[in-house]
Amino acid sequence: MRSLPLLFLGVFFTIASSWVGIVLVSNIQLGGLEPATPELTDAEGNPIAGVFFEDPETGEMRLGLNQDGVEAWPVPLVGAAQRGKRVYEQMGCLYCHSQQVRRQGFGSDYERGWGERQSVARDYIHQERVMLGTMRTGPDLSNVGLRYSELWQHQHLFNPKITSRDSLMPRYAFLYEVRPISETRGPSPNAIEIPEDYHPGPGELEVIPTQRARDLVAYLMNLRQDYDLPEMRREQ
Amino acid sequence: MSFPSTLTEAMSPTAEPKSDLLAKLSEVDRSMKVLGVFFTVCGLLWLMAGTLFALVASIKMHNVDFLGDSEFWTWGRVRSAHLNAMIYGWAFNVSFAVAPWIMARLCRTRVRFTNIFLFGGIFWNIGVVIGVYGILAGHKVGVEWLEFPAYVTPILALAFAFIGVWVILLFRWRQTGHVYVSQWYFLAAFFWLPWLYAMAQIMIVHEPARGVVQSLTNWWFAHNVLGLWLTPIAVGAAYYLIPKVLGRPIYSYYLSVIGFWALALFYNWAGVHHLIGGPVPAWVISAGTVASVMMVIPVIVVAINHHMTVVGLHREGWASPTIRFVVFGAINYTAVSLLGSAMALRSVNEITHFTHFTVSHSHHGVYSFFTMIMFGGIYYMLPRLLNREWPSAMLISLHWWTTAVGVTLMVIVLAIGGFIQGLQLNAIDPETETAAFEFLEVMRATIPYMVMRSLTGVLITIGHVAFFINIIWMLSRRAADGSESKPTLLTPGA
Ligand code: HEC
Repeated sequence: MRSLPLLFLGVFFTIASSWVGIVLVSNIQLGGLEPATPELTDAEGNPIAGVFFEDPETGEMRLGLNQDGVEAWPVPLVGAAQRGKRVYEQMGCLYCHSQQVRRQGFGSDYERGWGERQSVARDYIHQERVMLGTMRTGPDLSNVGLRYSELWQHQHLFNPKITSRDSLMPRYAFLYEVRPISETRGPSPNAIEIPEDYHPGPGELEVIPTQRARDLVAYLMNLRQDYDLPEMRREQ
Repeated sequence: MSFPSTLTEAMSPTAEPKSDLLAKLSEVDRSMKVLGVFFTVCGLLWLMAGTLFALVASIKMHNVDFLGDSEFWTWGRVRSAHLNAMIYGWAFNVSFAVAPWIMARLCRTRVRFTNIFLFGGIFWNIGVVIGVYGILAGHKVGVEWLEFPAYVTPILALAFAFIGVWVILLFRWRQTGHVYVSQWYFLAAFFWLPWLYAMAQIMIVHEPARGVVQSLTNWWFAHNVLGLWLTPIAVGAAYYLIPKVLGRPIYSYYLSVIGFWALALFYNWAGVHHLIGGPVPAWVISAGTVASVMMVIPVIVVAINHHMTVVGLHREGWASPTIRFVVFGAINYTAVSLLGSAMALRSVNEITHFTHFTVSHSHHGVYSFFTMIMFGGIYYMLPRLLNREWPSAMLISLHWWTTAVGVTLMVIVLAIGGFIQGLQLNAIDPETETAAFEFLEVMRATIPYMVMRSLTGVLITIGHVAFFINIIWMLSRRAADGSESKPTLLTPGA
């Protein structure tokens, strides 16, 4: 190779092409997504199928409008659930759990009951940290908020073997405080029930979730994609 | 310069008259000594730390209660500490050791202002220490390959700026007219990396883009760290080391041109195959799949070029530690890339995605290919920098056998375990139309493979310890008294 400028131009344009193609164009396509009602309408308020409608005057394709008085989805996480997401991130749950349901017919996500519908880009617009995940050592969690009670989640985090025999999930007992039951006040109302076999000291000790455990469970209970979105009307 | 002489010179780092060349190169080597040794030792220390994290994470995958009550050592953090120590610690440091050294030799120039590079290197390693500690202490960013806490970004960016500028300067100081293929790969890599890192940091960590655009940026970045940084460094090193050690020019200049440009063109689009089936636009995935399949071209081209250079010299090659490691790496480059192209096909990806197969694949790439070539590079470089030979051929041989066998078994074990895991996860009972295997059943079936993975990991650890001892031993010896100017060779049986 004798032409160095050519080398540099080539090296520059190759990476610029993929950056523009993958990052910039998808940002243009998806960066403007907003929460949407299950059905969108055209400019006159008539329901439309899908996301776009044809403007009768100009013939242009335009984005549908949200229906009046109907709740638009998704809604952002707030409070404890928002803080719990941070705990989820810090514990590295992401490396064993995905948060994306694939369409029926691709894998067994639907058959396993991980979601009634495929996840779409709009589901993630409020997340300042998107953790789609690339590994399923454990089940997909997109809809785990719909599957279990808070108590189940606490027991499972304290020791996954309580709820799932032989589980390979690590225990997060350090998110719980194990302390003697107060002699004057008796058991705390916040203590979680732990089956005898797994209890660190039945009758004498109690297991209290720390703030982080409560936040994490609030987050898990908020993981759900059970609302309808307009794009589902076309893709299914 | 007339065309033929340029061409033959460009084809071969061995074309000059021997005595002139040796004199020049030993001068180059002397000027690179401090840098080469510094980065090799830093890389070595990270390799050992990363190995420790790897063992802990691997054992935890089957013995969940191992260190089970420590938040610091919880699996989700140790795993990331392992990845980041190996990539930003080991792989980057060893790249900073080997690539600029080869670059300086090909430029036939005494390097200057080495303090710039050294300064960058010290900062880089401080950044990585803080980053890995931050991950374990609970400040990590939940994005694969970018786990370092946000406060580490400026340190690493600054450090790389110094390093990158110095490498460009080094290239400007060159005393030769032609530019050899290894130099294109290195220059391109040093140009691509800062772009990748800056974009990923801005669009994911500091000013997060909306929703899944982050995920797309994430996999554009993470796959390209492999494809546009580690791969060009290792392929460039192989292009230098194979002809150099065997004393024979590279087979075809034109094939190396094609191989380089095809890699530059296709690899950077391939990363999004990590999101097949995910909530991202279908056209991005299709583009990624096409690019992944097109990667067959540069891979086959490089494979032919390297193979034809080695062919007929297997006996000589086998005796050289450098060639053993580098050729092993080059063969695995072909294997891992072809496998990767296959994994980007939707029907294959449906099975392998989300399973240990992916883990197998990444170790195949970063270890069997990249790391093995870098081991070969260090075996060639250190004696020339230090002017003394390896103290123990036995330790080299131990390092070779444990790592080559260990990583091959690991890749196979994880691939088989992962493939079965994928088949079982996907299987649907046609009568009930529900999953054929309970999730816990699938999970339990992976345990034997996880145990075997740990065993192969122990084997690799033994190899790393041998490597560690050999380097430290070599460094602590006195300089050569002239009696051992012969390179260390391995006997055929060793
Ligand atoms: C080493 C991998 C691993 C890590 C890390 C991990 N899990 Fe799990 N998880 C599993 C496995 C395996 C299962 C299935 C067995 C079970 O139910 O325990 C599971 C199951 C679950 C379930 C029940 C899902 C269902 O549908 O039955 C929830 C909820 C869960 N994990 C949450 C978490 C959270 C929260 C974290 C982080 C604090 C986490 N997991 C970290 C492996 C992991």
